Amino acid sequence: MTARPKLAVWKFASCDGCQLSLLDCEDELLAVAGAVEIANFPEASSAIVEGPYDLSLVEGSITTPHDAERILAVRKQSKFLVTIGACATAGGIQALRNFADVKDFVAAVYASPQYIDTLATSTPISAHIPVDYELHGCPINKAQLVEVISAFLAGRKPAVPAHSVCIECKQRGSVCVMVQGTPCLGPVTHAGCGAICPAYRRGCYGCYGPMETPNMPALARGWRELGADGRDIRRALRSFNAWAEPFRKESAAHDD
Amino acid sequence: MTTKTIKVDYLARVEGEGALDLHIEGGTVKTANLRIFEPPRFYEAFLQGRSHIELPDIVARICGICPVAYQMSSVQAVENAFGVKVEGQLRALRRLLYCGEWIESHALHVVMLHAPDFLGYPDAIRMAEKHGDVVRKGLALKKTGNAILRILGGREIHPVNVKPGGFYKVPTKAELVPLAEELKQAFDLAVDLVRWVATFDFPDLERDYEFVAMRHPDEYPITEGRLVSNRDIDIDIADFESEFEERHVAHSTALHALVKRRGAYLVGPMARYALNYDRLPGSIRGLAREAGLGPVCSNPFRSIVVRALETAFACEEGLRLIAAYEQPESPAVPLEPRARTGFGCSEAPRGICWHRYDFEEDGTIRTARIVPPTSQNQPSIEEDVAAVAAPIASEPDDVIRHLCEQSIRNYDPCISCSAHFLKLSVHRT
Repeated sequence: MTARPKLAVWKFASCDGCQLSLLDCEDELLAVAGAVEIANFPEASSAIVEGPYDLSLVEGSITTPHDAERILAVRKQSKFLVTIGACATAGGIQALRNFADVKDFVAAVYASPQYIDTLATSTPISAHIPVDYELHGCPINKAQLVEVISAFLAGRKPAVPAHSVCIECKQRGSVCVMVQGTPCLGPVTHAGCGAICPAYRRGCYGCYGPMETPNMPALARGWRELGADGRDIRRALRSFNAWAEPFRKESAAHDD
Repeated sequence: MTTKTIKVDYLARVEGEGALDLHIEGGTVKTANLRIFEPPRFYEAFLQGRSHIELPDIVARICGICPVAYQMSSVQAVENAFGVKVEGQLRALRRLLYCGEWIESHALHVVMLHAPDFLGYPDAIRMAEKHGDVVRKGLALKKTGNAILRILGGREIHPVNVKPGGFYKVPTKAELVPLAEELKQAFDLAVDLVRWVATFDFPDLERDYEFVAMRHPDEYPITEGRLVSNRDIDIDIADFESEFEERHVAHSTALHALVKRRGAYLVGPMARYALNYDRLPGSIRGLAREAGLGPVCSNPFRSIVVRALETAFACEEGLRLIAAYEQPESPAVPLEPRARTGFGCSEAPRGICWHRYDFEEDGTIRTARIVPPTSQNQPSIEEDVAAVAAPIASEPDDVIRHLCEQSIRNYDPCISCSAHFLKLSVHRT
């Protein structure tokens, strides 16, 4: 019997939701555990097998000097490294500090700022090490996670579409909320969630981050036609993927 | 005199990053420090300047395991500030959504993270080799909780359907019918789970806790109530800050919460159960008696039984809510922002999750304060660890380490939330 590939799951600054997606695969979890050796997954197991690891899933962003060192060690031990979720691929909501002075942030939350060791920025994993694949979403879609792991096991490219949420809306048969007057980030947002928000009669809020080559100025014009002002646009773009370049750049264009 | 230090450098089967340092001097436990080094994300800082409309979407991201708790406490605070009360079926739907989170979170902890401790496995996957049936049933139970979140919230993690005033869209009665079928089966699974965990061997430890939980005139508390304790606390949620304080300690990025006049207190399933036993339906009280629980449980290792019991309760409560459901005419009540302070508090799976926001005239957030359950339990966790380690302080490090880790997992600690977890170090001198 050949050895099963070794899987490791790593956590940096995050809410745990993306690695929870793996435990949320209630129907597939035991099958996945049969196909790979869960070698390092502290949230789920106290048994830690030493590296190197064949597949590493990395959740969270880099926000401390210690984590900036730790990610280098993770890369060294990992043959194939996949970032999972908006924190790991774009810096997460905690990247809002990148637009402010982190000292003010520390002081707003902690009585003794001297105890807190933090970086001025929250940055994606790819800002620190080469990444083999990035899975978008806040949180990631668990079916896409299973697809990424299956593709890795089969040695093929994952079938994860890179188009906008608009296509998923059409596939789902939802009526466009934008034509009904609700501002929506769907036209510039990476697919993957299944266009949930419009199906619940609200605009997409961009939790899967920018699609490839989004037309940001056209989106902003569309929002303004629906009555949104600069602050509305800025707030919408500065959320879970605020530091992703297209969102960051467009949000800056609407600074007062 | 020998001094030694036992360290657990990275606590497993907890959500987030933490460690434990235990200092033993001459066979006596001197200090037990739960070191939370989860990197801070500064929610209270970046919420300043954001809109009340965005609030439930943003605070959900504090925790991937219990996003609904943060959403519910935050929308309550908005409604409290703007002078609106969400009642009737909208309130019932919120309670149903929250039942989904209790089932999903409790089933995850009881079966996947906690049960392996009692049976001597490093995780549920290895436990499944001998106890496959239990693990599969636990996953099925968890899946039912997630089904509620998916139908009412749009997805399991970070649901999209919650907004101040209610929901973006409410389900039809017909959409909830399949859920009722699933919940009936889930209730049976949860009853089996209670009976199974009740057979575990529990270390002897009775602690004199100050339990703090919500209390409602006629419900087992989930979404609202007063804050009460088994000592003398009985306050409106708006008075939380006069009775409780948070301290910033050097060894943790999570603040330590204390009853100002006394010190450590305990929140979560054991506290809710002890303070609201009389609010549980007869069926659940009967199940508790069958599982060997009296009206108060003070052995932290038995929290797994209480958690399983609450899972069965949440299934039964979900069924009751669905049976009484009629689709409301409007998915939300209208809100008029005003410059006020609002308070929100609800029972997250791990205990009370308290929020306070000051709003500007247009609903923009001026300041925010969020007190998550795990930061409230930290001092209590440290006292438990010291109590557990004391009688075995001269035993080998591995024995101490194992029992201390287990004591921490009794709390189902969510460290991502509290720092916004765990390594064990034993220092012996």
